[in-house]
Amino acid sequence: MTGSTATAIGYAGSARLRWLELAPWLVAAALYFFAPTYLPLGSYILIMILFALSLDLILGYGGIVTLGHSAYFGFGAYVAGVFAIRMSGDPLLGLAVAAIAAGLLGLATGAVILRTHGLALLMLTLAITSILFEVANKWTTVTGGTDGLHSVPIQPILGMFRFDMFGKVAFLYCLVVVAACWWLVRTIVRSPFGVALAGTRENDVRMHAIGAPVYRRRLAAYTISTSLAGTAGALLTQTTQFAGLSVLGVELSGEILVMLVLGGVRRIYGAFVGPGVYIAAKDYLAQQSPEYWYLGIGILLIFIVMFARGGILGLLDRALARLKKARA
Amino acid sequence: MDAFLASLFSIAFHGLAYGMILYAISVGLSVTMGLMGFVNLAHGVFAMAGGYLMYTVMDRLGLPWLPALVVACVIVALGSMVLERLLYARLYKAGELEQVLFTIGLIFVAVALARLAYGTLPLAAPLPDYMKGQTEVFGRSFPTYRVVVIAVSAVLTAVLWFGVERTRWGAMVRAAVDNRAMAQAVGINTGVLFTLTFALGSGLAAFGGALGADLIAITPTYPFEQLVYFLVVVAIGGLGTLRGPFLGALFIGIGDTACKYWVPEFGAFFIFVATMAILLWRPQGLLGRAQ
Repeated sequence: MTGSTATAIGYAGSARLRWLELAPWLVAAALYFFAPTYLPLGSYILIMILFALSLDLILGYGGIVTLGHSAYFGFGAYVAGVFAIRMSGDPLLGLAVAAIAAGLLGLATGAVILRTHGLALLMLTLAITSILFEVANKWTTVTGGTDGLHSVPIQPILGMFRFDMFGKVAFLYCLVVVAACWWLVRTIVRSPFGVALAGTRENDVRMHAIGAPVYRRRLAAYTISTSLAGTAGALLTQTTQFAGLSVLGVELSGEILVMLVLGGVRRIYGAFVGPGVYIAAKDYLAQQSPEYWYLGIGILLIFIVMFARGGILGLLDRALARLKKARA
Repeated sequence: MDAFLASLFSIAFHGLAYGMILYAISVGLSVTMGLMGFVNLAHGVFAMAGGYLMYTVMDRLGLPWLPALVVACVIVALGSMVLERLLYARLYKAGELEQVLFTIGLIFVAVALARLAYGTLPLAAPLPDYMKGQTEVFGRSFPTYRVVVIAVSAVLTAVLWFGVERTRWGAMVRAAVDNRAMAQAVGINTGVLFTLTFALGSGLAAFGGALGADLIAITPTYPFEQLVYFLVVVAIGGLGTLRGPFLGALFIGIGDTACKYWVPEFGAFFIFVATMAILLWRPQGLLGRAQ
């Protein structure tokens, strides 16, 4: 990383908010005022942004390669659904319960799997989401099995804002939650804790040597990340009033990984650009022909790995750097 | 009691047939992952390609069953060599994440191409008549196709083990798995070795996919759906070994068959719980060496 990579985020960078960092929120506002028919799609993109953001924390900053992050997203989604049906339809309470539940699951599973590395770790994350998928599939009395949880009851937010059929309140609700989580992640990666986390990624032997508690740092990051993923899952259940099997399993884990990498890993805003581009493109292309969608995304992935490791934002960075050089 | 014994025999037999196919497909994955440290999630693509190609070869060229199987494996092995040289080889030194992403991309492309070429319905090369009936083994009657699957895979496994344990090429492969830098230093051309081994592993996967097409249906989503099983076999068996995945494949094959027979409501639950338990007990796999 050279100094010219303006969007690189980390401890070394200034903590002051740059103008460009407001861009995602301006886009969201523009969507709200000028394209109200796309609000449900916008809510979905916001939810996936939060999910990708949670993955960026452990994958990008922590270096934990996982194929099982959907376990926590799906767990949050189902907890929010079951909680709303059996206990209370209050959305904020449900969100908090789902976030805590997913975080506890992350803490419990992370405490075990983070002791391993490489293929074993990859397989364990894969096994966890597969096990949860089987549980959700077979435990029909609670999860509804293949039918999922239908018409999950959701009360008005704070007793004042009722979810409307155009998805306006749902969109704003997602926007506020995602913004809060964004601020949290942004603060974390700039904190000393974030630096220690990056250290464990870059060289865990040295981190051990200087006496840093590597395992505890990674576990803390994993817990925070899984809690955020659970929050995203809960948002999906609450805004669609539905939770089905597609929120779990390897496929979603792979998809969110692809979205994050498409935008750019380890730069926070990659998690905004990736899901936005991916979902918009999928919404447009997959309806016309799923074959070409798969072909396109496959070739794009291979291209990114071979030539553009930084994803879309990485390409932009390079283009900007070249422009600056040409001017100088 | 007799019925229980019969079901036990039946499970062992069907589990064995399934396990042998899993082994044929996964052993190449184990060797390439152990040899190059490459996380190749796209290994199932070669198995799927084997199944589809065998169908095409029989359908278009009118070759009989056995020659078609051989031709399909050879084509896939040659094709994988091209892929290895052009794409895989550039990523041997890259990180785990890049390898995972690249191979996921490869799966996406393969799925799209398979859908465009063959549609979404499962396809399988038609079995010849002599494989359709039942065969008497130890006084019991079993489907001939599965007997053939077990016998052919057993012969192939024996040849493979002999090749790796007793030939010069096998010694070179084992040396490179043990210590790549040292193998290179004593004059082994590891680049060529990697390519040939990769082609062999892909050819074996094609063999497993084509031979097992009646056990594991060949559909465009094959590489995604079966990926977990191949990875599980390799992970619990141990990377870079031949016997590890054999143990893993038999364990998964028989365990999965038994679960489907006795407790179908648990589905794939058993496999994943067993995988977690084994990996937590031995992260390097049952027969893998500790790092």
